[in-house]
Amino acid sequence: MPTDVEEWKDEIYGTDIRDHIERFAEDGWESIPDDEKDAWFERFKWYGLYHQRAGQESYFMMRIGPPGGVLEPGQFRRIVEIADEYARGPVSNPEFGNGWLDVTTRQAIQLHWIRIEDVPDIFEALEDVGLSTVQACGDSWRNIVGCPVAGKDKHEHVDAAALADDLHDTFKKNEAHSNLPRKWKVSVTGCDEGCGQGDINDLAFEPAEKVIDGETVTGYNVRVGGGLARNEPRFAKNIDVFVTPERAVEVAGGISALFRDHGDRENRYNARIKFLVDEWGPEKLRDVLQEEYIDFKLETAGEDLRHSYSYNAGDADGKHDHVGVYEQDDGNNYIGLNVLMGRLGIDDGYEIADAAEEHASGEVRLTQRQNIILTDVQDDKVDALLDNPVFDEYSPDPHPFQRGSIACTGSEFCSLSIVETKNRQVRFSRWLVDNVSLPEGVEDFHIHLSGCTASCAQPQIADVSLRGMKTRKDGEPVEALDIGLGGGLGENPQFASWVSDRVPADEVPGAIENLLANFDDAREDGESFREFVAARDDEELADLIEPEETSYEDPFMHNTKQTWYPYAEEDGLDDSPAPARADGTPIPSDD
Amino acid sequence: MTIALRTLDDGAWISVNDSREVGVSDIWTLPGHEFCNCETPHVLLEAFSGVDLRGVDTHVIADAVGMCIDCGTRDGIDSLVVGRIVDGEFKRYEPGSVQRPSVAASGDR
Repeated sequence: MPTDVEEWKDEIYGTDIRDHIERFAEDGWESIPDDEKDAWFERFKWYGLYHQRAGQESYFMMRIGPPGGVLEPGQFRRIVEIADEYARGPVSNPEFGNGWLDVTTRQAIQLHWIRIEDVPDIFEALEDVGLSTVQACGDSWRNIVGCPVAGKDKHEHVDAAALADDLHDTFKKNEAHSNLPRKWKVSVTGCDEGCGQGDINDLAFEPAEKVIDGETVTGYNVRVGGGLARNEPRFAKNIDVFVTPERAVEVAGGISALFRDHGDRENRYNARIKFLVDEWGPEKLRDVLQEEYIDFKLETAGEDLRHSYSYNAGDADGKHDHVGVYEQDDGNNYIGLNVLMGRLGIDDGYEIADAAEEHASGEVRLTQRQNIILTDVQDDKVDALLDNPVFDEYSPDPHPFQRGSIACTGSEFCSLSIVETKNRQVRFSRWLVDNVSLPEGVEDFHIHLSGCTASCAQPQIADVSLRGMKTRKDGEPVEALDIGLGGGLGENPQFASWVSDRVPADEVPGAIENLLANFDDAREDGESFREFVAARDDEELADLIEPEETSYEDPFMHNTKQTWYPYAEEDGLDDSPAPARADGTPIPSDD
Repeated sequence: MTIALRTLDDGAWISVNDSREVGVSDIWTLPGHEFCNCETPHVLLEAFSGVDLRGVDTHVIADAVGMCIDCGTRDGIDSLVVGRIVDGEFKRYEPGSVQRPSVAASGDR
């Protein structure tokens, strides 16, 4: 039996939703019929609008997805302007103030506290500079991710930016692919470092070569079925297909159509293509793709470059992110800047836009580590650009604990998250910088905090993985984190092992401090953290994590989901100012 | 009166008549449930996987995944009574109140 969501999608989905958004915006929040709210909020996702969690009714998160994370000159500034005008909440966040944009792990930007009444004006402002929220959420082609410096990278094997753009142009607002059984996440990697993170996507194009008719052809191998959510992590599987850049869009369309037709529409928890790959295996998937969806003979897989993948591969000298100053293939430079937890304040955004326009091309790129990159900086402009004080905070040379930290949205706005994340991770990183020394030779150390098993912060591919949980401390339930170790990508990707459960959140910094000290004591010469973890079983690793209270203080130990906003002075659900009209005045309850 | 029941947003919450009524991340007290070896399991609900109406009192019954915060057992929970329908209105049970499996099975309370 189809789910309610499938029935709603059958009735109205895709571009047809736009007129209804405009109608509700014109008539106001209260015009959305009470008995249709679930249906409309589900549909709004297709246009990048996600209703915020309980206690924040009438406010939306808006996601903007530029393919490959590339914001052309003028686009970043426009998003900052939109955030300035429309994305401010009823109260401030103690770490981030009131008004920011969030860079996500899928190279998108999220704004919060958006009101439906403002959405048409925001759409117009975005479209004016070539941006869109289309399919940023919902059951369709999500933002296409890839190498964040594609097209400008010295390590590039094939131009991933061109394919990401082609896929975006082909499959956004494409009626045949608008309504899939579930979200559809696609990655394009073009470099020999593997920074597209294809292994954790539904569909991954990875650089490869193949001799065809006596000629060496450059293109992509194809993998299918990766993903991290719901305690069911999978790496994408090789389906033994090589495709040229010219035919990659056609193959992508075939696999998307296969998923559309064969994915499980009766059980959303079994709908992602990873479960179809589980059921069929890669061989059957390839056979069905060839027989039913592709009109030419598929090539078998070519020779890939995975042996050279260094991105997040756990090697001491590998590439871990794009933070820093690097030479582009045209002789200019790109400057990767650390954005703590991906959250960038509005005033800082204006400063960064000014600097990028004055000293570089004005292009801003977003990375899967929630950071930003300014491209096309001439050698003699690098120092002048970085002279701006804003880059003391958004630094190209941050401390490893801040450089390596990622956090999801958390209970601040998300319905599914169990714990507070972004503010907590800021506090963790600050305490670690002040109190903990990294062992010799360890210059990169990834700590990812996800509020729940949805894994939006990609915890399973970090050195230290943190996942929201609860436990009991001094007789009272408190927010806690599961701790996993040793995850990462590279030629042989590895999910973290969850070795220590339910550590009270205020004891996690102490646990990391002790873990690193124990690692330093027991490691072989030059042994990387990932190698160290791989050489030990979970029990042994658990003994190396010794949670303890320290000078770190955690203000979010209570149940932050029982608040309307965790940082409000009067934070009870009954104190919520939501739902609110367009001018922010609360709408009285009917009760 | 028809009651619209569903789980939404990856099982983050239960909707009753298009209103968000029961969310994840609360700790439910489940004596008598064979969830784990604890005398009284205290289970953090992580996600709902289904919801239905059952019994003469029209109990709202949820299937969920959770973890006992005391012993760490993670498992599915069948037929957790999260509230009831009274005169067409949903009345939520408090997570900390006692939830016995027999209520769900018999509809008697």
